Amino acid sequence: MARIIVVTSGKGGVGKTTSSAAISMGLALRGHKTVVIDFDVGLRNLDLIMGCERRVVYDLVNVINGEATLNQALIKDKRCSELFILPASQTRDKDALSIEGVGKILEDLAKDFEYIVCDSPAGIERGATMAMYFADDAIVVTNPEVSSVRDSDRMLGILASKSRRAETAEEPIREYLLLTRYNPERVEQGEMLSVEDVQEILSLQLLGVVPESKAILNASNSGTPVILDTDSDAGQAYSDIVARYLGEDKPQRFIVKEKQGLFKKLFGGK
Amino acid sequence: MPDASSPKTQIESPKTQLESPRTHLESPKAPLEFKSASLTIPALRFFSNDLAVIEATLRGKIAQATEFFRDSPVMMDLQLLNEQHQSVDVEALVGLLRALGMVPVGLRGGSDAQNRAALTLGIFRHSAPSGAPSEIKIPGAEPSPELLDKSALAAEKSQENRVVTQPVRSGQRVYASGDLTVTATVSAGAEIMAEGNIHVYGSLRGRALAGVQGDINSRIFCMDLQAELISIAGIYKLRDDIPGDVQHKPAHISLDNELIIIRGL
Ligand SMILES: Nc1ncnc2c1ncn2[C@@H]1O[C@H](COP(=O)(O)OP(=O)(O)OP(=O)(O)O)[C@@H](O)[C@H]1O
Ligand SMILES: [Mg+2]
Repeated sequence: MARIIVVTSGKGGVGKTTSSAAISMGLALRGHKTVVIDFDVGLRNLDLIMGCERRVVYDLVNVINGEATLNQALIKDKRCSELFILPASQTRDKDALSIEGVGKILEDLAKDFEYIVCDSPAGIERGATMAMYFADDAIVVTNPEVSSVRDSDRMLGILASKSRRAETAEEPIREYLLLTRYNPERVEQGEMLSVEDVQEILSLQLLGVVPESKAILNASNSGTPVILDTDSDAGQAYSDIVARYLGEDKPQRFIVKEKQGLFKKLFGGK
Repeated sequence: MPDASSPKTQIESPKTQLESPRTHLESPKAPLEFKSASLTIPALRFFSNDLAVIEATLRGKIAQATEFFRDSPVMMDLQLLNEQHQSVDVEALVGLLRALGMVPVGLRGGSDAQNRAALTLGIFRHSAPSGAPSEIKIPGAEPSPELLDKSALAAEKSQENRVVTQPVRSGQRVYASGDLTVTATVSAGAEIMAEGNIHVYGSLRGRALAGVQGDINSRIFCMDLQAELISIAGIYKLRDDIPGDVQHKPAHISLDNELIIIRGL
């Protein structure tokens, strides 16, 4: 049985697409056949982050409308043979997404794939509600600031009531917290909420903390999911996150200010 | 009649007629009889499923015509919302209307799940589509078995305790017709309401309203008081009125002579 993972947030621009790309690549690198779907109809950018924008012929809406088959629309990743991308449409409007249409696609994908990662638009517009309706797991992407945390809380409320699992009274969606753009220095200075603050408010299982990192910009400029940048802090953070999602026990990292930084400061290093 | 042109919630009246069967029971010594009766009640048509928006709109309307809305029976009309695939939590909606002093008595245009939810709250389903002139006639000598079942159910369920084991998130509302127990946190921006007592075995950061039907003996207990509002039988205190020395601690909240009393636990 495939597991459907929705990557969601209340507030926009918090790092959902970055996380979807990294996590789906991470799962695939570990040998799990994975597909990542862009539900942000109208704002196509998962394909840019995945570096496959020039290979897009058909999209999610084409498949829903029966204008293309799934096999025609799926793009096979060039770096990892276990990973496929189902892009969004840039031109269609969101109403093209229907519960029946999306349900059918997910059902078909579930026959072939182990993990289906859904990159959701922010908030509760149509694409977002579709992506979360069918979810088995939800990764709630949050930045360490009050407004993002409050919106995530609202999102969790909606997940708890407006999903297929809620309607059919099945086991509820498993919810995980992914705290990203974390900057321990700014936390220390009281400019950002700490991991503990966020967990206390959301009471949610922490999948991991991704530091604010230059590696993210480099990765998206080159169309490479940051998890492939194995030397980078953000890349390693996402590797840990995938491992924890798969049930491995990894201690949390990137929560405190790096000691090295302090030495560098003291001894005038770079 | 207040102005009913708000874009979010429209109050139509008079539209809905309820008519009970016209036939008497046979025996002249019968202890009761069914008589024909009809009443006209306003129907509330919802154009938004955002409870906060609905609440704000209704509060505005109530402010304009307090007497009109006090204990006013209303028919909830969800047809437009369902046509737009906007779902709404019936229980929360009923809780909201009741908290505002209205008496929701019927539901129309609801989905199966919504009808079932309404039924457990003792609210019947009105099957006429809201567009058409809506009149229910119940034919035959006996009240429809459906109606009988429903009132039996309503009586049975009218005092139901509820236990919530998941966090109550911002924007969510939980209503219990008896006591309400939450074994997790209640977030800021969430609202929990009970006709009886409220127990929160976690942080209470949202709004907690006990005794919402007027029971002055109901109480609120929580492990960590950080509430935005606490209320018992309609008498409330806002966060700023709650003394600092009882906040962030276990608390026992009761009413004494129309005064909210907060004690440590
Ligand atoms: N850990 C990080 N460090 C630095 N920059 C980051 C980090 N994560 C994300 N960003 C940047 O934040 C911006 C938003 O990221 P992204 O597009 O992944 O967010 P999103 O949640 O998908 O946004 P939208 O809601 O618009 O879909 C991008 O410019 C991205 O490069
Ligand atoms: Mg995005």
